[in-house]
Amino acid sequence: MNMLKTALAALCMALAPAAAQAQQPATAPAAAAPAAEAGTAAENAATPAAADNAATPAANAEAAKPAFPEAKPVDGIGQPVNGAIGLQPQVTKLGGEAHWMHDYILMPIMTIISLFVLLLMLWVVARYRAKANPVPSKTTHNTFIEVIWTLVPVLILVGIAIPSISLLARQYKPAPKDAVTLKAIGNQWYWGYEYPDHGIELTANMLPEDEAKKRGEPGLLAVDNRVILPVGVPIKVLVTANDVIHSWAVPAFWIKMDAVPGRTNEVTFTIDKPGVYYGQCSELCGARHAYMPIAVEAVSPEQFAAWVKTKGGKMPAEKAAEEAAAAAAEAANAANAANAAAASNAAEAPAANAANATNAAAAATGS
Amino acid sequence: MTDIAATPAEFHDAHAHDHHHDADHKPGFFARWFMSTNHKDIGTLYLIFAIIAGIIGGGISGLMRLELAEPGVQYLQAWAATLEGPGATADQANHLWNVLITAHGLIMVFFMVMPAMIGGFGNWFVPIMIGAPDMAFPRMNNISFWLIVPAFLLLLGSTFVSGGTGLGAGTGWTVYAPLSTSGSAGPAVDMAILSLHLAGASSILGAINFITTIFNMRAPGMTLHKMPLFVWSVLVTAFLLLLALPVLAAAITMLLTDRNFGTTFFDAAGGGDPLLYQHLFWFFGHPEVYIMILPGFGIVSQIVATFSKKPVFGYLGMAYAMVAIGVVGFVVWAHHMFTVGLTVNMKMYFTAATMVIAVPTGIKIFSWIATMWGGSLSFKTPMVWSLGFIFMFTVGGVTGVLLANGGIDNYMHDTYYVVAHFHYVLSLGAVFSLFAGFYYWFAKMSGKNYNEFLGQLHFWLFFIGVNILFFPMHFLGLQGMPRRYPDYPAAYEYWNHIASTYGYTLMLAGMVVFFVNVIISLAAGKKAAGNPWGEGATTLEWTLSSPPPYHQFETLPKVD
Ligand SMILES: [Cu+2]
Ligand SMILES: [Cu+2]
Repeated sequence: MNMLKTALAALCMALAPAAAQAQQPATAPAAAAPAAEAGTAAENAATPAAADNAATPAANAEAAKPAFPEAKPVDGIGQPVNGAIGLQPQVTKLGGEAHWMHDYILMPIMTIISLFVLLLMLWVVARYRAKANPVPSKTTHNTFIEVIWTLVPVLILVGIAIPSISLLARQYKPAPKDAVTLKAIGNQWYWGYEYPDHGIELTANMLPEDEAKKRGEPGLLAVDNRVILPVGVPIKVLVTANDVIHSWAVPAFWIKMDAVPGRTNEVTFTIDKPGVYYGQCSELCGARHAYMPIAVEAVSPEQFAAWVKTKGGKMPAEKAAEEAAAAAAEAANAANAANAAAASNAAEAPAANAANATNAAAAATGS
Repeated sequence: MTDIAATPAEFHDAHAHDHHHDADHKPGFFARWFMSTNHKDIGTLYLIFAIIAGIIGGGISGLMRLELAEPGVQYLQAWAATLEGPGATADQANHLWNVLITAHGLIMVFFMVMPAMIGGFGNWFVPIMIGAPDMAFPRMNNISFWLIVPAFLLLLGSTFVSGGTGLGAGTGWTVYAPLSTSGSAGPAVDMAILSLHLAGASSILGAINFITTIFNMRAPGMTLHKMPLFVWSVLVTAFLLLLALPVLAAAITMLLTDRNFGTTFFDAAGGGDPLLYQHLFWFFGHPEVYIMILPGFGIVSQIVATFSKKPVFGYLGMAYAMVAIGVVGFVVWAHHMFTVGLTVNMKMYFTAATMVIAVPTGIKIFSWIATMWGGSLSFKTPMVWSLGFIFMFTVGGVTGVLLANGGIDNYMHDTYYVVAHFHYVLSLGAVFSLFAGFYYWFAKMSGKNYNEFLGQLHFWLFFIGVNILFFPMHFLGLQGMPRRYPDYPAAYEYWNHIASTYGYTLMLAGMVVFFVNVIISLAAGKKAAGNPWGEGATTLEWTLSSPPPYHQFETLPKVD
């Protein structure tokens, strides 16, 4: 499965004019991809992404570039299931913990309390109906029972509050320094995304229903440009909006964060499994509130790095290396300038070296 | 003013001197219904108003369920074409959806539940239950009612003027900025805001009236600790109204100036903060949910005691549980804002504070059951509705405890789970108590007995219908379906379809039975006795004839 995805990824990159020169030996197995798959991939890549959506001029620009090889969503993962009654499966650690708390602490307590009240009522209705109990008692007080039904709920609530508060504390743990940062920006009515550390920007518009179907994706959830994120790496999402309030929500991550104009909210999570995870705007934002979905594709860190390249971005490490190289080149230039007065004839050699250093840096980053 | 409150009987005498000798003399039609100062007539006006608003609000929910019965947009486009003309765009159709959800919320909260509970039953029975001849400020009472009529007309009228993308205000009942400011051009949102202003002013005047009446006009011997629990519930509600509504008024006034006069209270670009609006709104909004449910608690307490032939169990605990709910209700508002980006400390505080409310609520539920325990129960229509209320409110209450958990709520927030939760406490809570009260007091108010069979049939159809309608919404929410969506992914079809086809239809059938019952009972119902419920009915309204004389208690009753 993973193999196939890698292969598809490579194929798509091969098709991308911008990325053609960026072919890395690491993605060579692409050649092994079956012809049929290659055909689909080509089709996928060639599809103009929601060009009919006039809301975002950026979408048209994006359409020219082929999309990243989109993994097929898996039924029941990262999307709703018709007729299901429970929570969506969670693919983040904290989501799993919250899911567990819902299923094994809250649901049992809620069910037991509701059934307890129902049984008491049924018992009272059967036992004290006028026929069975023609003469009513006159009891109107019982301090003991009143204390009990005050204290027992208090204890139950404390029992809920303790895990609940600790869950909150874990959810608010700040992201580590090396977290991948994604900025999600709500607009009427599409999501803009930025990877500030990678120098990537993209715009996600909802795919029209038939286009989504063609790609094997659920309607109203599929978008033209998915957010690609690596698995196993902490992700920090900064959420904001340009016009009105939106809300960036992905049920499979247990994440929902309002996008408020003039404010940047932060959430952190780590995705455990590769896959496609859908969400929908969750704060009323005007006419097309229902039509600005969120689609996240989680891939291996290697695939993520490859994707970053296809988008013309740079991994932070490479960026750092490049900056270091550039600094070295500059230092060389400075030294060269200092030497120039002393030995003007030798000027060409260091300059050539500096040029070589720049080339080397470029080669290292593959751009 | 103060001596009016002290000697209300004189007040009536001064204004209508021919009243001395005939407590049942009524003014002419126009004077009676359009210049009314009689608490019972005003109560009747409020009930009629609430029923009309309920039909409109319920009709809108019918449109919404019709559209949601299947994925895709089936009807909105045609409806928008009716409203906007044949050239209506898809955006206008989707905007119409937002107008529908906004209108449904505002109508049901401000023009159905509140007028029925407080304006209707409160006006009718608070003075009688405390042994007073009328409300403290009868003319102010009249103003309260006649403010809510133009308020309603403003809201309905807003549907026909521009709200930005299309006609009508499409901001949701919460009117969040900046969607309601920079996001909605045109006068529709201004009209909706003015509507809220008038409705709020109406409620504030009503609240002042109730507080004054209850504090100053109780019959001799009717101490605070002897007041029926319904009066207690209205007293607490009146305080909530008095403290919460001015905050709403401030918030929506700021919306108006942001919209029209260039202020930037809620605009970050001008140094404001959109979240300030949400804090102000929910500082009103959370007490508002208790404003809607507390009178229902009171009604259910009266009914359970009556049909158990037993006084309410733990009377003081019941009264002060409502006070506690009212007080704590003011410090939990940000649980409606768990996803706006609160700090962890705020989320922890609001989680814990919100859970506290479950304790007095639990006291009430167990006290109702204890009231029945050892009683001699008869299951007349009002009692059946009250039993339905107790259980359904419990279900809505436990999901409320779940939603109180800030770390859990991120998932359910703004999904159908929340819609299910608040319809369980309102549509199956507040509305059940309204029907319970309506059947309980129908004979007293109209002088005619309702049809018992139709009342029971109404209950069962409505009970089964709303459960099929709203319970699946929990499942939809757990599967992640966001609220306020006119269209949804195909995977949400199953439960939506069930809710729309079976749930709404059964509920609608129940409502048809209700109206048939009301009409035939008013036209041909048997003449009701002063006390149709027997020994269990011990409050003062049952000592009067049905309907009561136009002015009751010309000599004040003594309570011991
Ligand atoms: Cu949005
Ligand atoms: Cu609340």
